Amino acid sequence: MNGIEHAEGAEPWRRLHRDGLKVTALYMLGVAVGAGVPVAIGIGSGPGLLIALAFVVPGAAVVIGLVVGYESIRLRVTRYRVTDARVEMHTGVLFKTRRSLMRERIRSVDLTANPLERVFGLAKVKVGTGETGSGTGSTNEQTLTLDSVARAEADRLRAELLRRSAVEAGEDGEQRLATWRPGWLKYAPLSFLTPMLAGAAVGAVFQVADWFGRGGLPVQVVGDLVDEYGPWTVLGLGLVGLLVLGAIASLALQGEAWWGHRLDREPGGTLRVRRGLFVSRSLSLEEERIRGVEIVEPLGVRSAGAGRLDVVAIGLKTDQEGSDLSTLVPAAPLPAVVDAAEAVVGPVDCALTPHPRTARARRLRWAAVAVVVLAAAATVPHLLWDLPALLSAAIVLAAVLASVFAVWTAFDSYASLGHALTERHLVSRRGSTRRATVHLDRSGIIGWRLTQSVFQRRMGLMTLDATTAAGKGHYAVIDADEHEILDFAAEAVPDLLRPFVVRSPE
Amino acid sequence: MTAPRTALRPPQHQFDPRVLPWWRVQCLIATAVPVVPLAVLGLLIAPARAWLLLPAAAILVFGVAASLAMPVWWHRVHRWEVTDTAVYTLTGYFWRTWRIAPMSRIQTVDTTQGPLQRSFGLSTVVVTTASSAGAVKLEGLDQDQASALAERLTELTDAIPGDAT
Repeated sequence: MNGIEHAEGAEPWRRLHRDGLKVTALYMLGVAVGAGVPVAIGIGSGPGLLIALAFVVPGAAVVIGLVVGYESIRLRVTRYRVTDARVEMHTGVLFKTRRSLMRERIRSVDLTANPLERVFGLAKVKVGTGETGSGTGSTNEQTLTLDSVARAEADRLRAELLRRSAVEAGEDGEQRLATWRPGWLKYAPLSFLTPMLAGAAVGAVFQVADWFGRGGLPVQVVGDLVDEYGPWTVLGLGLVGLLVLGAIASLALQGEAWWGHRLDREPGGTLRVRRGLFVSRSLSLEEERIRGVEIVEPLGVRSAGAGRLDVVAIGLKTDQEGSDLSTLVPAAPLPAVVDAAEAVVGPVDCALTPHPRTARARRLRWAAVAVVVLAAAATVPHLLWDLPALLSAAIVLAAVLASVFAVWTAFDSYASLGHALTERHLVSRRGSTRRATVHLDRSGIIGWRLTQSVFQRRMGLMTLDATTAAGKGHYAVIDADEHEILDFAAEAVPDLLRPFVVRSPE
Repeated sequence: MTAPRTALRPPQHQFDPRVLPWWRVQCLIATAVPVVPLAVLGLLIAPARAWLLLPAAAILVFGVAASLAMPVWWHRVHRWEVTDTAVYTLTGYFWRTWRIAPMSRIQTVDTTQGPLQRSFGLSTVVVTTASSAGAVKLEGLDQDQASALAERLTELTDAIPGDAT
């Protein structure tokens, strides 16, 4: 059959692995059971269990049949091949799509396998190019996903697609840059995932209660508890309980995502991140595309002296919050993170230039505005209504805590501000709740954007944005001295800014 | 002794004077969008006439005044310059933005012309780099000057090898 298609090129077309169908079938069976059981119970509580089953079982069978049928056609029509110049894939059940990527543009190959796929020895292969695609949605056109092929075939593709640059490097095998330790999991509960997951748990309780037609039940239960044990006990224990729950969930999620993590440099100049307990993930990244690293210290993790290492690379979007694709090393003690950063991009240690005092005044002014708004927000309800003591105390307490936090943030974020030049990098640090230090390759800077608001002008401050093709596209040095920052920029990238600045005696 | 202080000099060129009527028409259109429906409703609905016509008149006065005064100011503030090594622009007054895109990192150069711009003989040159920070736009050049500039930029950038990342 394949013989006919040989005409186009010497390389034959290949197909996805047939066992993919079994994975889909088992997965759909799981979904059907998961969705069918509550529905059956729901219907069964009314007319009776047999009638419920008579509806649910055929329904589930039809859904499974349709999805499996679709999948089997998809597996049959999807073909791919790797020629000397391109990777090509033809697919599409209803709409035919033909995707073709230039091999020289391929910058990353990403392998993932969920537990089902692992049982059958399969893996998904995602091939990414360095195209940033400034238009929305265009990133999609620049990736190609093979879902799924045999594990061995996936490894073969990964090796072949990134082999091209293997010429100059010696075949001395992998070099280990960082290895994850289970002890680092202790930082997981400190992440912002903890309160988020705690909030999600509250939402889930209401949702489940609503499914069973008892939407008011949680409120009623809490009301009864307050009557019995007093409001402060319930509020305090409730918050502690939720946070413990969130911490456990966060621990589980991050443990699953990062178990067995290791960061290697492979012969041929690629970095490889491997990790995952149930879903194994592997990201290979061409070093040629790396434009720097970012050491990120979210507040909770920072308070424990830890941070994580993100990579600034072309074709890896880093601006979506919660995406951990660009993370090279998860939350770990700072010395370990710095070691990994140095192994990836060279020396990162340097003294940062602090920013002018007026930058702190600016932050304190924002904090003052926040305090005024909070005070107003806490006062107005008291004037309008006669509030119960508990609610009133809670509002005042929340406003006071938030005000203290706002003022503390002003001092802390000023203390974070700093910039410096090293031999290879432009270094900029900023932020309080998410303090980040970016080390941006000076040769990767493809333009400047300088901004100065009317307030900054009065305080002699200016913000410098280095634009780049990598990561989130631009990295800022905010609220620096308006004269010093120009000298800084002119030195960072020789000859780019110089024609446009004038030097005048004071 | 005080050290010499570094400051940015403004880009050399102002935009074509025809941007003044172009900006004015844009301002007037923006004014007409709320004013016309208010006025029509005011004429149709007698009981609410004062409540509809008064704001309409206020917006109209404000809009006309702004469309007369603001473009003159904008014309003074917005500037551009193209050298052999870079494209340099300055926009804004309350929020000033200077942008510098080096010739060696420019990926595409386009000219665009909307229907309003065409009627005034104006054109926009859009210079994009590989950064997602957005394109550098020169809005309001004479259309012949714009196409000549785009051609020159294309030649200059083509002469430099590499994929501009």
